[in-house]
Amino acid sequence: MTTTEPLLDVRDLSVTFARKSGPTVHAVDGVSFTVRPGETVGLVGESGSGKSVTSLAVMGLLPRRGVRVGGQVLFDTDDLLTLPRDRMRDIRGRDIAMVFQDPMSSLNPVVPIGVQVTEVLERHQRLRGDKASAAAAELLSRVGIPDPTRRLKEYPHQLSGGMRQRALIAMALACQPRLLIADEPTTALDVTIQAQIIELLKELVQDTGAALVMITHDLGIVAGLCDTVHVMYSGRIVESAGRRELFAEPRHPYTGGLLASVPRLDAPRGAPLHPIPGSPTDVLRWERGCAFAPRCPNRLDACTDGPPPLETLPGRRLRCLNPLSETEEVPA
Amino acid sequence: MSLSEIEATTESEQLEQPAGNLRKEAWKRLRRDPVALVGFGLIAFFVLVAILAPLIAPYAPDAQPGRGMITPTNIPGPSADHWFGLDASGRDEFSRVVYGARQSLLVGVVATLIGMAGGLSLGVLAGAFGGKVDAVIMRIVDVMLSIPGLLMAIAIAALLGASLWSVMIAIAIINIPVFARLLRGQMLAQRGSDYVVAAVSIGVRRRPIVLGHILPNSISPVIVQATLTLATAIIEAAGLSFLGLGSADPRVPEWGRMLADTQRYLASAPHLAFFPGIAIVIAALGFTMLGERLREAIDPKYRR
Repeated sequence: MTTTEPLLDVRDLSVTFARKSGPTVHAVDGVSFTVRPGETVGLVGESGSGKSVTSLAVMGLLPRRGVRVGGQVLFDTDDLLTLPRDRMRDIRGRDIAMVFQDPMSSLNPVVPIGVQVTEVLERHQRLRGDKASAAAAELLSRVGIPDPTRRLKEYPHQLSGGMRQRALIAMALACQPRLLIADEPTTALDVTIQAQIIELLKELVQDTGAALVMITHDLGIVAGLCDTVHVMYSGRIVESAGRRELFAEPRHPYTGGLLASVPRLDAPRGAPLHPIPGSPTDVLRWERGCAFAPRCPNRLDACTDGPPPLETLPGRRLRCLNPLSETEEVPA
Repeated sequence: MSLSEIEATTESEQLEQPAGNLRKEAWKRLRRDPVALVGFGLIAFFVLVAILAPLIAPYAPDAQPGRGMITPTNIPGPSADHWFGLDASGRDEFSRVVYGARQSLLVGVVATLIGMAGGLSLGVLAGAFGGKVDAVIMRIVDVMLSIPGLLMAIAIAALLGASLWSVMIAIAIINIPVFARLLRGQMLAQRGSDYVVAAVSIGVRRRPIVLGHILPNSISPVIVQATLTLATAIIEAAGLSFLGLGSADPRVPEWGRMLADTQRYLASAPHLAFFPGIAIVIAALGFTMLGERLREAIDPKYRR
């Protein structure tokens, strides 16, 4: 790992949703990670693990009512969580941008693509008129949209899903942000298009030198893209490591389960898949113990006594009392 | 349009690729809808009559060509010379009904536009700011809606004095809360949508988000409501004139007051009630038919 100052430093981020009926929900709890300039970081987890909420909290896009956000999100030296709203608006789109999960609904259906792409250029680079449209056309061609000047006049529903996601990526990268957050950018797309979009993101991030936070449940994407991976479960990071270390030697039983559950082409025909037993609804509250304990094959009695701490090991952080590898001693 | 023709068009519609934007599709559906076409035809007829009144009407609205034919017991009905008959002052009823279209159209359009402008302003404020602004505006709207519309219009028109303007303003005011509530609801529904969050995520400021993104997505039902409001405005205008709250000038023909003037002669000259009444029905029916079908064409929930 390099020693450059981190671009984004998330410290002890917590997000709680207050509900009128029922207890408050800790969607994200004590999440810390850093992103260095140009680095690609993966946030991996299943639905409800808090990965999207984490990204929305970083962007300051969570609704203000009923939501409490704690901790710090340092970008350069600013804490994005306490930044005045106007300054945050200046940062969004210019320094940090986001690509969303659903390209069908993330574009305004009644506004032509061109207007939506030029909007961000007008906002941050003060381009106007022909200059703005020319820049927009160039952006579209850069993300691989053919015949961009014609596309600029079209409406979102006239574009395919892949094209729309490309247009959204063009909007996000229009002002060459230093950090791009991609929240499951390929989930809503066909498999063949998924690969193209990932390849495009990879290319653009390399060209512009932007750092990328890739939020996904797809370990294949992580393997092909990310330098560092954080695995989240039920609102907390359970394991963080470099990509190689994580895939070569997963230590947390959840990470191990995720890797084992991916179908393998080299497995013998008819070999059963290995799902993680149970479902993410079978979670403990972290205060009472490890949230993954009900589904964990390595469960110890101690796991449900209290929350396991996040230990820092060489090249890895791990939240588990009984991790997978035998080479490490099991803490009491 | 015959049944087989209708079936044929719906089939070809299904085969077609989805082209054009949502409004174009709605427009396409509307053009194939016989009810909407009839509504549109009635409106066109009504508007044309209003515009071309001097060419259509054989007499000026305040001329009394049949003065000598009127006796206290006999008001002549329809004849070859006077298609709709004569009124109690010997004026040509057909000419008066034709000229009356102008008043109804004027009141309907102006009242609807003023009401829409007022309602949209309040709705945009409430929908854009939410919170306390929304709460205050919506409580005012609730109070306005809790008073029966025509009753309030009567009160306002009476307060302003009998004139064309007071009728327009009274009708506009009772329609403000309808538009305000409609737009506010539409905008609130759009506020949390993905494209709004996406626009926020690239740093777009609040004003362009509200005016450039949320408003265009919320306006379709307002257009529908405006069409329907035109229909009720015409009826309400006639109602207020009937009650004597309209223009003070008796020479200006107005359908509502023509009905009111007719009451004493209802037994001897029923045609004086029939023709202005039919005119009101046709004008209101046209806007209602078009409005209803416009709603169905725009709202995906109604799509069959």
